[in-house]
Amino acid sequence: MTDTRTTPSGPDAVLISSGVEGGVRDQVRAWWHRVRGGEMGALPASAGIVVLTVLFAFLSPFFLTERNFANLLTQAATLVMLAMALTFVLLLGEIDLSAGVTSGMTMALFVVLNNVFGVAWPLALLAAFGAGLATGLVIGFFVAKVGIPSFVVTLGLFLGYQGLALTIIGDGGLYRLQVPEILAIQNANLPVWAGWVMLLVILAVVSATSVLDRRRRTRAGVPNRTITLLWAKLGVVVVVGGAVVGVLSQNRSASPANELAGVPVVVPIVLTILWLGTFLLDRTRFGRYVYSVGGNAEAARRAGINVRLIRWSGFMLCSTLAVVAGLFSISKVGSIDAAAGREIVLSGVAAAVVGGVSLFGGRGRLLNAAVGALVIAIITNGLGLLNLPAGVNFMVTGSVLVLAATVDAVSRSRASGMVRRN
Amino acid sequence: MTDVPIIELQDVRKSFGPVSVLQGIDFRAYPGKVTALVGDNGAGKSTLIKGLAGVQPYDSGTVLFDGEPVELQSPRDAAALGIEVVYQDLALCDNLDIVQNMFLGREELSRGTLDEGVMERDASDALRSLSVRTMTSVRQKVASLSGGQRQTVAIARAVLKKARVVILDEPTAALGVAQTAQVLALVERLAHQGVAVIIISHNLQDVFEVADYVAPLYLGHLVAEVPIGATTYDDVVGYITGSKTFPGSETVA
Ligand SMILES: Nc1ncnc2c1ncn2[C@@H]1O[C@H](COP(=O)(O)OP(=O)(O)OP(=O)(O)O)[C@@H](O)[C@H]1O
Ligand SMILES: [Mg+2]
Repeated sequence: MTDTRTTPSGPDAVLISSGVEGGVRDQVRAWWHRVRGGEMGALPASAGIVVLTVLFAFLSPFFLTERNFANLLTQAATLVMLAMALTFVLLLGEIDLSAGVTSGMTMALFVVLNNVFGVAWPLALLAAFGAGLATGLVIGFFVAKVGIPSFVVTLGLFLGYQGLALTIIGDGGLYRLQVPEILAIQNANLPVWAGWVMLLVILAVVSATSVLDRRRRTRAGVPNRTITLLWAKLGVVVVVGGAVVGVLSQNRSASPANELAGVPVVVPIVLTILWLGTFLLDRTRFGRYVYSVGGNAEAARRAGINVRLIRWSGFMLCSTLAVVAGLFSISKVGSIDAAAGREIVLSGVAAAVVGGVSLFGGRGRLLNAAVGALVIAIITNGLGLLNLPAGVNFMVTGSVLVLAATVDAVSRSRASGMVRRN
Repeated sequence: MTDVPIIELQDVRKSFGPVSVLQGIDFRAYPGKVTALVGDNGAGKSTLIKGLAGVQPYDSGTVLFDGEPVELQSPRDAAALGIEVVYQDLALCDNLDIVQNMFLGREELSRGTLDEGVMERDASDALRSLSVRTMTSVRQKVASLSGGQRQTVAIARAVLKKARVVILDEPTAALGVAQTAQVLALVERLAHQGVAVIIISHNLQDVFEVADYVAPLYLGHLVAEVPIGATTYDDVVGYITGSKTFPGSETVA
C-alpha cells in the first residue's frame, strides 16, 4: 500500500470525484443528469407500471382487487423468470430464441418421466435441469466455439425442440402434472406471518449489503453516498413491500366458506433468484466480465478475459433458468402439451427490452427484466379483464415493445453522444 | 549510450506467408525514456509491437528483458513481464465506468466479491499520479468521455498495473491540438515515473516534442535508433521514406 503512488494531497487531491459526494440534492441532480444522458434504467418501465395500474383501475373494477393482484403475480412469474434468464444472453449482445421451447421440452421430459416412467419427481426434476444445462452447453458450443450467430443456432434449436417435445409428448397429447410440490409453487401461499418475515428478511439483506459496502468504502478511504439515501431506499422497501405483503395478507377467497390469504409461494422463489442473479452480475468478476464482453468483446479479450467461456456460461445460465420458468408455467397451467413455450420467448425478450435491458448488449440488470415482465403481464391481465379480443393484446404489447426499443436505441446513441466511432 | 535497455530485440523476424514484414529488427527501449517508432504505412510498426505484446509472436529472433531472454507467446507472457499496450483502437468498454475499465481483467476482490472501494481509490491515485484534472468523476461511464480522456484512462490503466514497459500505438491520431498536448504531457509523466515508453506516431512534431530516442522503420528494417538530439527532422523524414540511410547501419534492402 505504500509505494510510489502519490498520496492524495496537494491541490489536485479532490479534483476527480467519486460521484457520490454531496447531499441528497446533489445526488438527485447527478441521477437526473445520468437519466438525461441516456442511463434510464428501469425508470420508463416503472412509470409504465404506474400509468397502466391507474388506467386499468379506472377501466375495470376488478383490476385493483386482492384476488386479481395475487393472480397477476402468478401470471407474471413465468415471464419474469424467462426475461431474467434471457437477460444473461442479452447482456452479452446475444439472443436465445430457444429459451421458451427449452422450458417446454424440459418440462415435457419432467412430466413424462414422472407420469409415464414412474421416476421419482426429484430425479425427474434433476433430469430436466440436466437437459436445460446441456442445452446451454450445446448452444454455447456452436456460438462461442464454432462461431455461428446465436440467432441462427437458437432458431435451429427452436424448431428442433418443438419436434423433440412433440416426440416426447405425442401429437395432440397432454399430460397432467401430478406432483403436488410443484403445483404448490403457483397455487399455494405462504402463511400470512411468513409473508411478513419475508419482508423482514428483504430489509435485513438490503441493509446488510449496504452497510458492508459502506464499510468497505470507508476502509479504502473513498467517500460514501449520504446515509439519507440508504434510509430512503429502506423506506421505499418498507412502503412498497409492506403494501404488497399487506394486500396479499387479506382474505381474497371468492367464497365466504374458506379463507385464502398469504404471499404466493412463487414470489419468494422469484425474489431469491433475482437477488442471487443480481449478486452474481454486480458483485463478482464473472458478472463484470459479462458486462465487458457485451460492451466490447475485443477490449475484454485484450484484458485477458476468456470471452468464449463467458459467452458459453451465459447461454448455460439462460437455459438453466428457462427450466425454472418452465416449472412456474406447468405449476400454473397444471399440464403440459407439445406446444408449451413456443410463443412466450418473444414476450420474454420484449419484457427484458421494455424493462431497459439493451438488445445491443452490455446494459441492463435483472431487475429491469423483472419490471419489464410486470409491465407486459399487467397489459395482458388488464386487457383480459376488459374482455377485449386476444388480438388487441398482441397489438398493444407489440407497440410497447417498439416504443421501448426506440427508447433503448435513442438512449444508447445519447450515451455515446460525443464519442467518435472508428 | 549510457542507458541500459529494459527490453532488447535481436534479429527479430516475422512473415505473413510470402510477405516478410519484419526482416531482422534490432530494437531497444530504456526505462524512463520515450522511444518513438516511426515509419510509413505498412512499414511494420504495429507488427513489431504486436510481437512485444504477445498477441502475434515473432517467427524468430531473441527478446531480452532486463538482459534475460524471454518468451513472448501470449498476452499473458507480456503482462507478466509488465509490458502493457495502449492500442490504437482503444480497448475500453463504453458501458463500464472509468474504475471498472482500469481494473478490467484484474479486479480487486475481498471475500470473493468485487471490492469497489479499493479499486476506486487505486484508480483515483493512478489518475492523480499523472496529474489528470480533466475528469469530473471516476465513476463516469467511458462512453461519455472525449477521445483524449479515453487515452488518459487507457494510459492510467497501464500505470495502475505498474507496467515497466508501456507501448502506445498512435495515441494522438484522432485527437485535436489541446488533447494531443494533454496526452503527450501524460507520456512524459509516464516516463518520469521510470517506465520505458514506446510510442508509435506518424506525427514527427509530436515525436520531436516527447521522444528521447527515435527509431525509424523502413520496409521491415530498422534504419537506425538514435537519440533525438543527434538527428534532425529532415533526417528522420529521409529514413522513413527510404531516401536516406543511417551512416554506418547495415545495408537497406
Ligand atoms: N495478419 C496479417 N496478415 C497478413 N499481412 C499482414 C498482417 N498484419 C500486417 N500485415 C502486413 O504487414 C505489413 C506491415 O503492417 P503493420 O500493420 O505492421 O504496419 P504499420 O507500420 O503499423 O502501418 P500503419 O502506419 O498503417 O499502422 C503491411 O504490409 C500489412 O499489410
Ligand atoms: Mg499500425
